[in-house]
Amino acid sequence: MRELSLNILDIAQNSIAANASLIRIEVAEDTEKGEMRIVIGDNGQGMTPEQTQRVTDPFYTTRTTRKVGMGTSLFKMAAEMTGGTFNIRSQANEGTKVTAVFKTRSVDFTPLGDMNSTISLLIAMNLHIDFIYRHSVDGKAFTLQTTELKQILGDVPLSEPDVVEWIKSYVGEQTQIIHGGVLHENNRRTQRYQRKSKSNHDR
Amino acid sequence: MKTIEELNAIREKAKATMTVREDNVDVIRVVVGMATCGIAAGARPVLNGFMEEVARRKLGNIVVSQTGCIGMCQYEPIVEVIEKDKEKVTYVRMTADRVARVVSDHLVNNNVVTEFTVGAIAK
Ligand SMILES: Nc1ncnc2c1ncn2[C@@H]1O[C@H](COP(=O)(O)OP(=O)(O)OP(=O)(O)O)[C@@H](O)[C@H]1O
Ligand SMILES: [Mg+2]
Repeated sequence: MRELSLNILDIAQNSIAANASLIRIEVAEDTEKGEMRIVIGDNGQGMTPEQTQRVTDPFYTTRTTRKVGMGTSLFKMAAEMTGGTFNIRSQANEGTKVTAVFKTRSVDFTPLGDMNSTISLLIAMNLHIDFIYRHSVDGKAFTLQTTELKQILGDVPLSEPDVVEWIKSYVGEQTQIIHGGVLHENNRRTQRYQRKSKSNHDR
Repeated sequence: MKTIEELNAIREKAKATMTVREDNVDVIRVVVGMATCGIAAGARPVLNGFMEEVARRKLGNIVVSQTGCIGMCQYEPIVEVIEKDKEKVTYVRMTADRVARVVSDHLVNNNVVTEFTVGAIAK
């Protein structure tokens, strides 16, 4: 995938398929260590220990439309390629938690990318699911919680165009603020990535 | 800067316009495939594009939603248009650039953009 925000969107689809009513997405950057930790947790149907063990095997899937399931394997590969780690913990009828740590200084690190779109789409497309999104940079953090938004919006759905726009802008602005107002480091990464991707393919 | 309090104003404005909207007039469903293959092939900007275009043109009878794998990974991003009493139309290898055309030709003016459909590609 071109951006980690696309992997996050994809991993969250597994939580949606598992009938989660709450999905928690966390991005924590530690610039000194050069690490980005991404956690996607849900309270969906979970998996048995056997299923959990096989989940990063591309030939394991419970989908019926094709024989391979790639999402989790791709995310794991993306993390491990940077020298980072990947972990999935799950319990049947309790939920699942996917944790991936990326080494941001690795040449194989793909940027986080457009989280504004990932978060706003997840929220607008899944009105029955509560989302908590937290992003931190060296301890400076912001949190977006749909239950809070719903409290203010009442009958007006989170898919209302003005609300979707608000979510996009809010996430965008808050992300800039926790980065110290300047997206310097992020831009540098994106530029490096764009140079690299000229010779590279989609995934 | 965006604040949570702004949502109060958005709510009031939305409430005012929502009552104007007619209920259940021939809803057209636009369904975007969002499995791994779809997302990797570029489904996110396509879904974003449909939401924005439908909002911009204030098309109250169109519901944009997402689904899992539609089962033809090589043709992703795939978008299905589902209308009551009509055959489903499947657009393949969609891009954000093609969204405006599908919205205006098909969803508004009822002319299927045949060249973007699975039929045109798979023959
Ligand atoms: N959060 C989760 N809760 C419950 N089961 C999960 C979860 N994540 C993954 N699984 C199980 O692991 C399988 C493999 O997941 P993976 O994302 O790799 O592939 P997929 O979702 O089946 O297909 P693809 O991601 O390629 O669209 C899933 O089919 C599902 O059974
Ligand atoms: Mg998946």
